[in-house]
Amino acid sequence: MDDANPNVMVEDTPLVVAGRTFNSRLIIGTGKYATYAQNAEALKASGADMITVAIRRVNLSNPDEPRLVDFISPEDYTFLPNTAGCFTGEDAVRTLRLAREAGGWNLVKLEVLSDPKHLYPDMAETLRAAEMLIKDGFDVMVYCSDDPVYAKKLEEIGCCAIMPLGAPIGSGLGIQNPVNIRLIIEQTKVPVIVDAGVGTASDAAVAMELGCDGVLMNTAIAEAKDPIRMASAMKHAVIAGREAYLAGRMPKKRYADPSSPLSGLI
Amino acid sequence: MLQLTVNGEDRSLPAGSSVSDLVSVLGLDGRKIAVERNLEIVPRSQYGETELENGDRIEIVAFVGGG
Repeated sequence: MDDANPNVMVEDTPLVVAGRTFNSRLIIGTGKYATYAQNAEALKASGADMITVAIRRVNLSNPDEPRLVDFISPEDYTFLPNTAGCFTGEDAVRTLRLAREAGGWNLVKLEVLSDPKHLYPDMAETLRAAEMLIKDGFDVMVYCSDDPVYAKKLEEIGCCAIMPLGAPIGSGLGIQNPVNIRLIIEQTKVPVIVDAGVGTASDAAVAMELGCDGVLMNTAIAEAKDPIRMASAMKHAVIAGREAYLAGRMPKKRYADPSSPLSGLI
Repeated sequence: MLQLTVNGEDRSLPAGSSVSDLVSVLGLDGRKIAVERNLEIVPRSQYGETELENGDRIEIVAFVGGG
């Protein structure tokens, strides 16, 4: 609320990453959908304007197989190429240079993973890869652990968004360490986006209520029974969480506090 | 004939073929792709003038769904 006019809500500012403005604070992945057509419908329902994409070998035996870009146009959405499957800085740089050549975009998502069992990021290698990419002219949104120390280092070397995991990739367990996410938000000047771990709408709302600038998710939508409906739920959850954060929640109390006046009882 | 490895598969093309010829033989004209020749990116503008050599290892990639 505005102090001078309590009936006017203060307008939220949009999400800005590396000088680019986004209308939605929800970013969605494009993996695991039954079809690209379903993916495109879910994207529409989510209201997101940025999507993550992977770069892979073209299928030479079937050059006519359905292509992502036939269903989701890079003219309409910001494509954020990722480095999924990369385990070293060199792999990541190679992959994203190819993505830049194919699409012409230098805004990228860096993820350097370690063990396939938990898909936790290898933070030492992530930091090294981020330095290599930034030197090569990329704007790097970085997937990272929820460690505030590494998050700070990644910001200091010039990453344009810090993206800590809420829980392991694809687990849908929700925000496991809100204390660390909050610490990262408080210390970071570039956008903080929770990436991975969201399972349902309330998880996205929790992330936004903590003060995150955005949420990135894939499996929570793609593997819902009705992905299109879940995409819409996520859209509303992100907006609700953001509004609640801006509104400022009431303090928690240990005892009840009646909502109706005690005076004037008959 | 040139013997090439394209995306891990053996391919042969007539001697003197360029990257542009390869892309066209594979039916990938006009696609949003990137081509790497022996670990070096070949810029789209140089497909025509980049001649392939025997033993070249070529990677051709495109965008797919991912998280």
